Amino acid sequence: MTIQDKYKQLIDAANAGGVSNLQVKEQDNVLHIEGSAPDGATKDKLWDIYNQIDPDYRAGDLIMNVDVAASAGTKAKVTTESSNLNIRKGPGTDQPIVGKAAHNEIVTLQSKTNDQWWLIKTDKGEEGYAYAQYLSPQ
Amino acid sequence: MKFIKNYLIIFLVSSVFFIGCKPKDSEFQAQIEKNLKADPDLVNVSVAVKDQKATFTGEVKDHDTREKASATAKSINGIKEIANNVTITPPAVIAAPVEMNTDNTLMQGVKDATKDFPSVTANVNDGVITLTGNIKRSSLQTLMMSLNTLKPKKIDNQLTIK
Repeated sequence: MTIQDKYKQLIDAANAGGVSNLQVKEQDNVLHIEGSAPDGATKDKLWDIYNQIDPDYRAGDLIMNVDVAASAGTKAKVTTESSNLNIRKGPGTDQPIVGKAAHNEIVTLQSKTNDQWWLIKTDKGEEGYAYAQYLSPQ
Repeated sequence: MKFIKNYLIIFLVSSVFFIGCKPKDSEFQAQIEKNLKADPDLVNVSVAVKDQKATFTGEVKDHDTREKASATAKSINGIKEIANNVTITPPAVIAAPVEMNTDNTLMQGVKDATKDFPSVTANVNDGVITLTGNIKRSSLQTLMMSLNTLKPKKIDNQLTIK
């Protein structure tokens, strides 16, 4: 069975879920799936399917880089486990903290610097870079 | 009596005429097939029309293209029902190399991604991220999601999951 066959259900779900710019490539026995999901629920569903096919992500044969489509002005919810989300001067944890967004607070996306760091603005007017993993576009 | 007979003839003739006016499935089918042919994305889609119901079958590359198949019948007056049985076939593997980050970029990214997971150690070597240490199962997906955005060659998950 090829890796693509193994993750067929996942690729089918990505297609059915309307993931745009979907790319499926295989290199060095690792399947790379990239694309942009229309919403956070679709992305979460793909990750659940990934975890069903490969419990606890042990096999090391898939890299799934699917983000959530969001443009400047989109509202995003802070989805940390419980703590505040640091807002930093630049994109990196070595950058000074310039503000904080509370758990479940709604912030506004200014721009996507890269897949990890987004420039955001809080309702209080604090602006800076936050870790995208803890932001869910609404 | 003659009048009645004439009316009867007119009635019979018009009945035949109306039956003859019944929408022709074959004409609808021809028109939809023409619409399908006009779109190169729909080359593998077929249609069958029966009793004013258009049924699409075949394969397309994505969800939007599947919707385009239905659209070829929507503009036709007389089609009362559309069944879209077209399946979506994932795009073929593209030969172009996968974009991957260098170890330096990966190391910086890994540092950011594991900051909130002090019990996790991540090493980067030749594009491969190796995870050791331990993590709660409820946090594993969060960590994996952020590591997967870093464009590594591979993630070797050796974490002990609690």
